[in-house]
Amino acid sequence: MRHFFKTLTLATALVSAVASVSVAADEPKKGGTLTMALQQTPRHLNPAVQSGTATGQPGTQLFASLLRYDHGWTPQPYLAESWNVSDDGLTVTVNLVKGATFHDGKPITSEDVAFSIDTVKANHPFKSMFAPVQSVETPDANTAVIKLSKPHPALLLAMSSQLLSIIPKHVYGDGQDPKKHPQNSENVVGSGPFKLVEFKRDQHVILERYDGFFMKGRPHLDKIVMRIIKDESARTIALESGELLVSGFEQNPRDLNRMKKNANLDVNNSGYAAIGPVNWVAFNTKDGKTSDVKVRQAIAYAIDRNFILKALMLGTIGASKTGIHPGSPFYNDGVEAYDLDLEKANKLLDDAGYKKGGDGMRFKLSIDYGWPAMKPFAEYVKPALKKIGIDVTVRSSADFPTWAKRISTHDFEMTMDNVFNWGDPVIGVHRTYNSKNIKKGVIWSNTQQYSNARVDELMDLAGATNDLEERKKYYAEMQVILAEELPLYPLFPSPYHTVSNKKVMNAPNSIWGTSSPLDNVWLK
Amino acid sequence: MTIFLAILQRFFYAGVLLVAVLVLNFSMLHLAPGDIADTIAQASGGADADVMEQIRKDYGLDQPFLVQLGKYIGGVLFSFDLGYSFFYNQPVTTLIFEKLPATLLLVFTAQILALVVGVLLGVYSARNPKGIVSYLVTFIALFGYAAPVFWTGILLLIAFSLKIPLFPVAGMYDVTVEGGFFVQVLNVGRHLILPVLTLASIFLALYSRLCRASMMEVLGSDYVRTAKAKGLSEREVVLKHALKNSMSPVVTLAGLQFSAVVSGAVLVETVYSWPGLGTLALQSIIARDTPTILGILFFSALVVIVGNLLTDIVLRMIDPRVASKA
Repeated sequence: MRHFFKTLTLATALVSAVASVSVAADEPKKGGTLTMALQQTPRHLNPAVQSGTATGQPGTQLFASLLRYDHGWTPQPYLAESWNVSDDGLTVTVNLVKGATFHDGKPITSEDVAFSIDTVKANHPFKSMFAPVQSVETPDANTAVIKLSKPHPALLLAMSSQLLSIIPKHVYGDGQDPKKHPQNSENVVGSGPFKLVEFKRDQHVILERYDGFFMKGRPHLDKIVMRIIKDESARTIALESGELLVSGFEQNPRDLNRMKKNANLDVNNSGYAAIGPVNWVAFNTKDGKTSDVKVRQAIAYAIDRNFILKALMLGTIGASKTGIHPGSPFYNDGVEAYDLDLEKANKLLDDAGYKKGGDGMRFKLSIDYGWPAMKPFAEYVKPALKKIGIDVTVRSSADFPTWAKRISTHDFEMTMDNVFNWGDPVIGVHRTYNSKNIKKGVIWSNTQQYSNARVDELMDLAGATNDLEERKKYYAEMQVILAEELPLYPLFPSPYHTVSNKKVMNAPNSIWGTSSPLDNVWLK
Repeated sequence: MTIFLAILQRFFYAGVLLVAVLVLNFSMLHLAPGDIADTIAQASGGADADVMEQIRKDYGLDQPFLVQLGKYIGGVLFSFDLGYSFFYNQPVTTLIFEKLPATLLLVFTAQILALVVGVLLGVYSARNPKGIVSYLVTFIALFGYAAPVFWTGILLLIAFSLKIPLFPVAGMYDVTVEGGFFVQVLNVGRHLILPVLTLASIFLALYSRLCRASMMEVLGSDYVRTAKAKGLSEREVVLKHALKNSMSPVVTLAGLQFSAVVSGAVLVETVYSWPGLGTLALQSIIARDTPTILGILFFSALVVIVGNLLTDIVLRMIDPRVASKA
């Protein structure tokens, strides 16, 4: 037996030796141009004052952040060589890489880090990211000390990818409104692996290698041409014909399945867990029939999530039983899933006092959707709920603002919705359930008007400790309560995929998808 | 002289029409629920209440409707200022002049192609109305007219970019191609072919059908018989006598269709990612970027008015009766 293990170890060693040889043969090649698709036109290219993935994808090439993440949620050094969180969680010390420079050759210092955090805190739409930051001290050029009013577990994620771009104080600190700074779209002075050559709205963003980039030997590519192609069929054809080499955030099930069959393409859904997009049916928990939890549960039992996954999503994605993305370390898979059960659904409605009328119907409800991709799901809900005697009207909106107005002023009964986690639950999850975040007129606030003191408390607790295990416990309990009370019925995460040509090596697969630096990408 | 007076009159009407277009559209856009703050929140993946309040304040959306309207129309009339795009933070005129050339190139090339080929096919099939080619023309014409533009577009893409990779899928030029003027012209030309074919296919159908009908009518008239009796060759009869007279309905229609070509361009531009006014229009409608939408409507109205004016002039040239009637 012992001998067997010895042989096994030897064999493993041999295999790994062979593997490392083949890796060595695959040395990254320098040069080449990566053509990549953007699905939307960015407003401008400065992620410090503009959220969203349209700005994030070029933005993370132009600007470096303090940290970066691999696909397993582990923080990696980036502009920060090392960092340290004090035991009380109130001080975070960041040591910058020495010798790092902006694209204009000026050094990146702790002053710039402090300026960037201040700018993001004042201008970024996600106030929760840096709200507990009281001050950023700069004892020397390479050390920034972030002082917090309470432990802030979201801070490390908020220091990565597009959430904290390090921008030069000597450019963006000239007194102009940073949201409207002319150098957000031209003559961008960045800190990242690539610098801006040209940004033409609705056409392209052209980036080229910054030779002074602080990571030795990176980036490998000479150029990245990001082409703005909004039509998904056109993007699919361009990927198939090789005109495009990479496209991130692809989510049309039919196109994905078609491209999976293409031998030249790699279709990969690794990553995107931090973006964390979850689709659900949201309920108005304050007014009308959906204010009764039994009605909400009955609806959940009558909607067949598996049918949606098979027939509408064509198997491109699995279920999400809670509003936290299944790829998150805080996801609780053990909650009630509400698998199809019409008997239970009917009984719940009977118990709630809604008896079937002579025509077999109990009452009417409406369901909204805000953009075309959501229409099929809203339409599916209609026949699904007819089976339990609910007559559903699908209400469409002319465009996003129309829908946003209806939902955010709580003028709805049910709606399809898609909300992003944005890294830590503190940033993108709390907003949906926090009773203090019921804000008329603000889309993606707690538009369900849900309020539960224990859920509020659990979020407060989980948002104020750096202890991962403790946080997991809090969020697990929160997800159990939410699954019981169902302010919304989670269905599935958006099936974001990165499609890349087989020529592209090290295609991005981090938790931020293609909204992460492409310095390690090279072309075979 | 009359022609200049007529043109002057046209210009006056056009000015009134343009202001009406602006006031009407401004009011309609204002009636729609929601605004740019919602779409910025959408592009950002969410936003705080005070951020949205700030956006509305920044763009003057918190002021009463009439004040907003007055400011806007005043700016347009007295300083030819179409305002700032909410979405891009750029002057609307800059955005439009960035995009206008691409749209003009697409629209004019398609219109000219549709007219020339449409008339040729029409004339040919009118002279051989029972021939197989005539039926083929009718078939192609009906097909082109009935097929939705975006569908034709995708179909052409699959055929000529993917299966037979002759043309690029998207964009107006390949940024990786370097070279002099001639190379760049070829570069744009390669990208132009499929969008132009797609856009022209609808109007080609219309023009060829109309030209065929009108030509057949003219070919049956007395003066054509007279011309033939004079001993003129078939060629001369068709080209010199019949064609000129059968052209006026076609030219009239082409003028009327000009607005349709411009709106058709929106779809074509979307399918082919052609960086023209159409893509900008779609983007700003989706984003509720009111100043940009109004600016584009202003310019499209202008393009249509100029198109109609040109039609009038051409009509007067080929058919003097139009001028005497006016």
